[in-house]
Amino acid sequence: MASHPEDTAQKSGLSLEEKATIRSICREVEDDPARMMDILLRVQDRFRCISAPAMDVIAEATGLSRIAVEGVASFYAFFSSEPKGRVTIRLCDDIIDRFSGLASVTAAFENALSITVGETTPDGAFSLEYTPCIGLCDQAPAAMVNDLVVTNLTAERVHEIVAALKAGAPPEEVLVDRYAERTPYQRAKEMVSNNIRHAGPVLLGPVPEDAGLEAAVETGPAQIIRTLETSGLRGCGGAGFPTGRKWRAAAATEADRRFVICNADEGEPGTFKDRVLLTERPHLVFEGMTIAARAIGAKEGIIYLRGEYVYLRDLLEEVLADRRNRGLLGPAIMGVDGFDFDIRLQLGAGAYICGEEGALISSCEGLPGEPKTRPPFPVTRGYLGCPTVVNNVETLCHAARILGTGAQWFAGMGTKDSPGTKLFSVSGDCLNPGIYELPYGVSIRDLLEMVGAEDAAAVLVGGPSGTMIARDTFDRRLAFDDLATGGAVVVFNGDRNILEIVEYYMSFFVHESCGYCTPCRVGNVFLQKAIGKFRKGLANPSDIAYLRDLSDTIIETSRCGLGMTSPNPILSTLENFPLVYSAVAKPSADRTRATFDIQSAIENARQLAKRRSHIYDRDFTK
Amino acid sequence: MTELRKARVATASLAGCFGCHMAILDMDERLIDLMSKVEIDRSPLTDFKQFTRRCDIGIIEGGCCNEENVHVLQDFRRNCDVLIALGQCAIMGGLPAMRNAIMHSDAPLRECLEEAFITGRNLTNATHNIPNDPALPLLLDEVYACNEVVEIDHNIPGCAPSGDIIYDTLIKLLAGKFHGFERETIRFD
Repeated sequence: MASHPEDTAQKSGLSLEEKATIRSICREVEDDPARMMDILLRVQDRFRCISAPAMDVIAEATGLSRIAVEGVASFYAFFSSEPKGRVTIRLCDDIIDRFSGLASVTAAFENALSITVGETTPDGAFSLEYTPCIGLCDQAPAAMVNDLVVTNLTAERVHEIVAALKAGAPPEEVLVDRYAERTPYQRAKEMVSNNIRHAGPVLLGPVPEDAGLEAAVETGPAQIIRTLETSGLRGCGGAGFPTGRKWRAAAATEADRRFVICNADEGEPGTFKDRVLLTERPHLVFEGMTIAARAIGAKEGIIYLRGEYVYLRDLLEEVLADRRNRGLLGPAIMGVDGFDFDIRLQLGAGAYICGEEGALISSCEGLPGEPKTRPPFPVTRGYLGCPTVVNNVETLCHAARILGTGAQWFAGMGTKDSPGTKLFSVSGDCLNPGIYELPYGVSIRDLLEMVGAEDAAAVLVGGPSGTMIARDTFDRRLAFDDLATGGAVVVFNGDRNILEIVEYYMSFFVHESCGYCTPCRVGNVFLQKAIGKFRKGLANPSDIAYLRDLSDTIIETSRCGLGMTSPNPILSTLENFPLVYSAVAKPSADRTRATFDIQSAIENARQLAKRRSHIYDRDFTK
Repeated sequence: MTELRKARVATASLAGCFGCHMAILDMDERLIDLMSKVEIDRSPLTDFKQFTRRCDIGIIEGGCCNEENVHVLQDFRRNCDVLIALGQCAIMGGLPAMRNAIMHSDAPLRECLEEAFITGRNLTNATHNIPNDPALPLLLDEVYACNEVVEIDHNIPGCAPSGDIIYDTLIKLLAGKFHGFERETIRFD
């Protein structure tokens, strides 16, 4: 019997030197199992994979069982048990990229590398794969190349890049001109343009340095929270929970340790506002975190950066170091005794679900990114069981600005229920994709005019978990009491196939479901299959009721936001584009199912039995 | 006024164990009452292999595991006004659908047959061959519930459904008063 590939890997094992390397990686984080993500990221980086023997070593060092380590390693898309190429290219497979020429870019890569997507070259030099939205929809098609990104890809550019890489140039030299001479900020700007199309008064206009932190130090914790409550600031990640109330709850919980976490796991397809803030306003982000720490009495903070934004890591680490040097982080911030706070950067590894705060906390704790059962809410029992405030990047920036300039100033903008401004990341079929900072309450029609999308036929607000609206409702407004959004506005013109878009987003949710709740894990697959029937013209009018029914079940019985919103691409298009569905659904003439194909169902048996069918092969007697 | 004609009923057992047909007989002496209202056309109970006429009600036991099952089921759909899936196998595939669980294989059907006839433990298959008589219908790639092959009008759940439930349902259906089951009737906990 041929030996199983895994057996040989097990037997061949690791050299003593390799084992020592892994042990020292574990030691760098004091063998702390809660730092599993960092351990695995470094092992993956160093060995291009996390092999079975490597997991054994990690398990031994951290005192965990091997299966616990494997549970984490197998959860995240960027970890691999098989060796990846020294250069790993991850093509962004978002629907926007597909509409922007992804197919020809993929073909160019496959051609140039002589492998297909999902493969590694035999010499171990290159891997090519697809990954969901990497937050660069305004410059699609885009791709990650190891820890860097490349945008506005064309077939020509692909051939240039691959030729240079094959000639032995390191990726950073190929993708960033004079990489070594540049600062992290310059490198980021070189790779990605931030397309700030409209700067508003709060975030993207001129921002005085650390004015909010100064005010926070003067007024003290109670006043900080009162100011935020007065401002009416609501979370900018999508759900819109009042920030002041969140901070108050965390501050009120008795505990020795409290934490502030910045959610920079911006995974909702079509959202890229945090990318811009992290690049252009990193000080403001950390200032907001420091103010939150002051308000709730936290000494430790974490910024959870999605794996796709690893190209911003150096930039953020540099800003953190700078703030430590200037006494804005670390012990006795701004000379205030007892105001100690520091931030560590936690990198993710390609899991959309980690944008959910429970899953994000799990991931920070070194666990698979699975949501936690609520209650208890993180503000009472969060990271490591301690009260934890988890806020979106943009929310923290707003908080800093509110402290610096005043709650009334902020509340005076936007609408009554949705005060202030909001960053909208606009992409898709428009002339000027990019970031727009506008007061809440702006109508879709006005926004479309601003972005140059007069021919828009459908607008997806809030990403796939949000709402898809049609022309007749473009007067709706972007605010929590009408169209809520974490920032994504994706524009589709009349040439786009609504069902293709819906099918793509369902496949996204199928891919990203963590699998904990069966209705979400299995139900989304059924939804995807059902949409496939509509696409192929095999759907029956009763399938429309089936879509609604199954969607309701998934929403009702899933425990986190993913399952509660994953049927939205279907439900909102059924609501706003009903004719798209009814046009392709038709009853079958003799009440048999068009989806059942007897020929493909018996093909296997035909080959195994080496004979034809008496019933379904018409020419049997000839 | 002319007497109402008897309703015509047909039945078939596909990939099932015939238990549901046994359950039909389990309505005991009420069969006599039922027979005053219906006549049985194509059915294993009459041993009619073909439809003699169009029927009002078709009752299907079992799902589809081979091409002949599909053929019979499609024939029933075309020849019956109302089609009923009787029992778990007809509704969901039931026990035979366990072979659908062989999904991480390149050749799930071959794997299934090999285990059943060649490699499985406790086999007493002297020939070590997979049966392949030309008269045997070809197996499907997986076992399908009836609802996946044709439209089904009503389901009578159970494994097997009791004679009482089958009788009550048919009587209500004949009177035009069947509108699905009360939850209490079909819960088992």
